[in-house]
Amino acid sequence: MISGKDLTRRAAIAAGFAGAGALVYSANSLTLNPSFGRVFRAVENWTRLNQRALLAGGQLAREYSVADISPTFKANGTFNPGGEEYNRHVAENFAIWRLRIDGMVAHPLSLSVAEIRKLPARTQITRHDCVEGWSAIGQWTGVPLGLLLKAAGISPRARYAVFHCADNLEGEPSKGGEQSPGQYYESIGLADAFHPQTLIAYNLNGKPLDVAHGAPLRLRVERQLGYKHAKYVERIEMTDDFSRIAGGYGGYWEDRGYEWYAGI
Amino acid sequence: MSAAAEAGVDRHIETAQAPGAAESFYRHRAPVRITHWVNVLCILFLLGSGLNIFNAHPRLYWGRYGADADAAFFSIGAYDTPKGTRGITEIGHTDFDTTGVLGWSKVNGQYAARAWPTWLTIPSFQDLADARHWHFLFAWILAINGAFYLIWSFLTRHIQKDIWPDRADLKAIPRSVLQHIRLRHPTGEAAKRYNVLQRLAYLGVILLIALMVLTGLTMSPGIDAFFPWLLDVFGGRQTARSIHFISASLIVLFIVVHLIEVVLAGPINEIRSMLTGRYVVPKEHAQ
Repeated sequence: MISGKDLTRRAAIAAGFAGAGALVYSANSLTLNPSFGRVFRAVENWTRLNQRALLAGGQLAREYSVADISPTFKANGTFNPGGEEYNRHVAENFAIWRLRIDGMVAHPLSLSVAEIRKLPARTQITRHDCVEGWSAIGQWTGVPLGLLLKAAGISPRARYAVFHCADNLEGEPSKGGEQSPGQYYESIGLADAFHPQTLIAYNLNGKPLDVAHGAPLRLRVERQLGYKHAKYVERIEMTDDFSRIAGGYGGYWEDRGYEWYAGI
Repeated sequence: MSAAAEAGVDRHIETAQAPGAAESFYRHRAPVRITHWVNVLCILFLLGSGLNIFNAHPRLYWGRYGADADAAFFSIGAYDTPKGTRGITEIGHTDFDTTGVLGWSKVNGQYAARAWPTWLTIPSFQDLADARHWHFLFAWILAINGAFYLIWSFLTRHIQKDIWPDRADLKAIPRSVLQHIRLRHPTGEAAKRYNVLQRLAYLGVILLIALMVLTGLTMSPGIDAFFPWLLDVFGGRQTARSIHFISASLIVLFIVVHLIEVVLAGPINEIRSMLTGRYVVPKEHAQ
């Protein structure tokens, strides 16, 4: 005899398998489905909350010894922003390049590279982890971003530092189609902005940054993946909301589906 | 006391033995069955999305760092040769021509440079961001499912009694190996408990999944700041990434052997037992 309870159970098992099969079969279309994208966003938010809770104590990223430095530090993304203006800066050795700090600040700043080099510096040997999977270890020297932000006097309303860059990274193909070209930008929260290892760096392995690694100034935000480390930084904008900038997700790669909090 | 009783599965035996009928008993409790199938789904998606992620940088290294200029012990790539573009997989210093499957395979009908082919990855098209979304979604489910399984299994002594091999089990390894080679499966009372190779295989796959979780976390720069000891345990982020890949390969090997054993031991009985819990005890071999 098959009881009603057995039938319900069999129906549940069959439904479970059908559901699982459909999930595998439709993985591609689900990936592109904006409603299912909300599931991914929810997981991303959950992951971010967990990481921020773990790192609420401001823990430092590991620092390595000189012997650990990669013989070749791989460059990625933009290798040379090019263009008339940037090429002129290269020719002039960035003598008139300026870093502006504005937005929600009491005293907007505009600093030359030479002025930044005179500020208190931090040198650290850290590991750079690319979202693609590779790692490189290098020695970075720069001014702690927190010092610059304190000097500018950020507004109590400010929640994010947005980094505007000189490179336009073009057409990364994805999802079977071409992606729109776009000016590179990035953003981080205040906890990372004031972290002691977060630098506006100007030296790699004791030498001024070369063009491929972000000359003259780049961000180091050591507890996150490589795409957060914006190169060719020319402006830092303090804001309470980055949703009006470019694609609205807080960064070039974030606008193309990558996580804003890139701790994993 | 029977061997099965000693193994601690006595509580779950509800023999429904009518004269002449096959003996069946309640082998897999609901938490085992549910976590098993949730795990199947997770591993399927984690493997598929993991290969898509791997395609973003199809090279493996030992040590703290590793990128294009550093020596890889495993790589998949597409190279121009006098015979045209070929997919080459390099293990150690040996090259294998894997054109058509690894390195150089068809994407939408046209050959393209791609480490793992479209039919093995989730999603099938190359997209690191989306593959990571799938990977983390199922990584969370796997972790929660696995934590539930481990806690339940320790509390009910499922691990200690049904999976952990005892001294007699270990002594029986040579005999069990021989029985497996001869494709003879335990019958009668002996079939009511896991044999020693089963125990070691299940224990092994539990450890492999734990290793996957830990090496996966070691690849996170955020987690590394919180648990720097992970880097010391595994010998660096790139070594952790390589162990992650090797462990995944061993899990695939487990799945292949597991499925072969299911087929050999009687697929309907085995699959039914993981769905309903009831397992029909194979009769003694005719003497």
